[in-house]
Amino acid sequence: MSDLRSLYQELILDHGKSPRNFGKLADANRRASGNNPLCGDKLTLYLRVEDDVVRDVRFEGSGCAISTASASMLTQAIKGRTTQAVAALFDRFHALVTGGESTSGADAPELGKLEVFAGVREFPVRVKCATLVWHTLVHALEHDGGEVTTE
Amino acid sequence: MKDASVNAATPAAFDVERIRDEFPVLNTTMRGKPLVYLDSAVSAQKPRRVIETLRNFYEKEYANIHRGVYELSERATARYEAARETARRFLNAASTREIVFVRGTTEAINLVAATHGRANLEKGDEILISAMEHHSNIVPWQLLCEERGLALRVAPIDDRGELIVEEFEKCLSPRTRIVALVHVSNALGTINPVRELTRQAHRCGAVVLLDGAQAAPHLPIDVRDLDCDFYAFSSHKVFGPTGVGVLYARESLLEALPPYQSGGEMIESVSFEKSTYRDIPERFEAGTPNIAGTIGLGAALDWMTELGHDAIATHEAELLAHATAALEAIPEVRLIGTARHKAGVLSFVLEGVHPHDAGTILDHEGIAVRVGHHCAQPVMERFGVPATIRASLSVYNTREDVDALVAGIAQVLRVFRG
Ligand SMILES: Cc1ncc(COP(=O)(O)O)c(C=O)c1O
Repeated sequence: MSDLRSLYQELILDHGKSPRNFGKLADANRRASGNNPLCGDKLTLYLRVEDDVVRDVRFEGSGCAISTASASMLTQAIKGRTTQAVAALFDRFHALVTGGESTSGADAPELGKLEVFAGVREFPVRVKCATLVWHTLVHALEHDGGEVTTE
Repeated sequence: MKDASVNAATPAAFDVERIRDEFPVLNTTMRGKPLVYLDSAVSAQKPRRVIETLRNFYEKEYANIHRGVYELSERATARYEAARETARRFLNAASTREIVFVRGTTEAINLVAATHGRANLEKGDEILISAMEHHSNIVPWQLLCEERGLALRVAPIDDRGELIVEEFEKCLSPRTRIVALVHVSNALGTINPVRELTRQAHRCGAVVLLDGAQAAPHLPIDVRDLDCDFYAFSSHKVFGPTGVGVLYARESLLEALPPYQSGGEMIESVSFEKSTYRDIPERFEAGTPNIAGTIGLGAALDWMTELGHDAIATHEAELLAHATAALEAIPEVRLIGTARHKAGVLSFVLEGVHPHDAGTILDHEGIAVRVGHHCAQPVMERFGVPATIRASLSVYNTREDVDALVAGIAQVLRVFRG
């Protein structure tokens, strides 16, 4: 039960149930979709990026609590950041959930609330749920449009 | 399924604890809790009989088959061919000439599509399947349709997950050349009235393939009574090893088919100008087959036959009734697939909880269920869910397993609904 509680923390359950920044973004200039066919998670991320800064971000879709909470908290974590800072944040997040080493420098942004996803590393099959939205984000920033899939 | 009352004739010899003792894995623990294995529709666990057969074969009787002039090879060949006879009896086929060993249900269907399909269907012809097929009984036909300019038609299902028989009839036409249907649905548990459907398809001149992957572990199968042309099932779902399965094919049809894979074992003579092929069924078994697996399959089928299909069906029907009632009593549960004739599959969703989250929490309780689309995405779409949680019952499951599932669901709801 203890690692279960560390996976399903209150904050994750809360964002899973009531995702923030949920819905389309009318003036988006970047978007991408993510799909995890194994468990049926699907989401679309909308961004407005100006002068290399994420001015606004929203998402829609359906998925498990982990993927929904991850998307919801991502929108809060990246708003107002430069695309470079966003990439460094992903690197840290990835290291957090896989139990690996982050290669981003000391000037990379702090994970802050995203630390709550640390419990995911005890559940290898759920790592994809937590990272789906991040891979989608990278795709939106680099390619704009299209879909990423976990398989 | 046979009426449960026939069980009166076979006295209360069924002892689930004795059966469980034959499955070593069922006495193990997962995450510190006794394993509750409710995923037999994905793959069944193996009884000691099968494990010992494989071990014995490799220790004492192993050789390649149909080749050696020495005794060891003769013995291996005899064991392999004995498994063919066992499979024939299991299906009540007329002859072992109608039993082709393949890799599994998937390969069996691909074989029929690649040989019978390619040889007999032409532009404008139609293939009819149902809306509850496993991907392996959709995609091979789709590819054939693309290649040959055929039309794939799909007979719809109703809200209970039953095939709508009148609609099925309407989908049949003189252009229907192949009807490919699942005998028991893996995603919904529905038992299709395949005997009647086969009769209708034959009236239109179509040949009928039945996907028996989920039927073989639960129901007695009689291909002559069903009168189907092809029947496929997988060893690993009937308590046998992975990597082997059976394609039954009506002798007259099989004889007319062109080769599938080619190479050694399937030829009679080879020259650079022309090769001739062996008789059926060897013509369809190119290369060194899964010898040990096939012999293991024979042991598994013997084991099932000794247990008795009626005893299996009665035990599973009781368990299914218990499980259905227990799940229906939970207000947050919505069962997906409530056909009147069902095998031991309980597909469901939990209000407010994604199946994937439920699966993780159940796993934590030592309960193995499947979550996902069960290789039947069109079924998920039909019921408007991205995925389901599926508990599947087998002959070794108990009421305690079902009760553990119910307790696990309560735990899921506690985590998610506070
Ligand atoms: C109804 C049905 N058909 C076909 C298959 C494919 O069987 P295999 O993977 O053994 O080839 C399955 C397995 O899940 C099944 O449930």
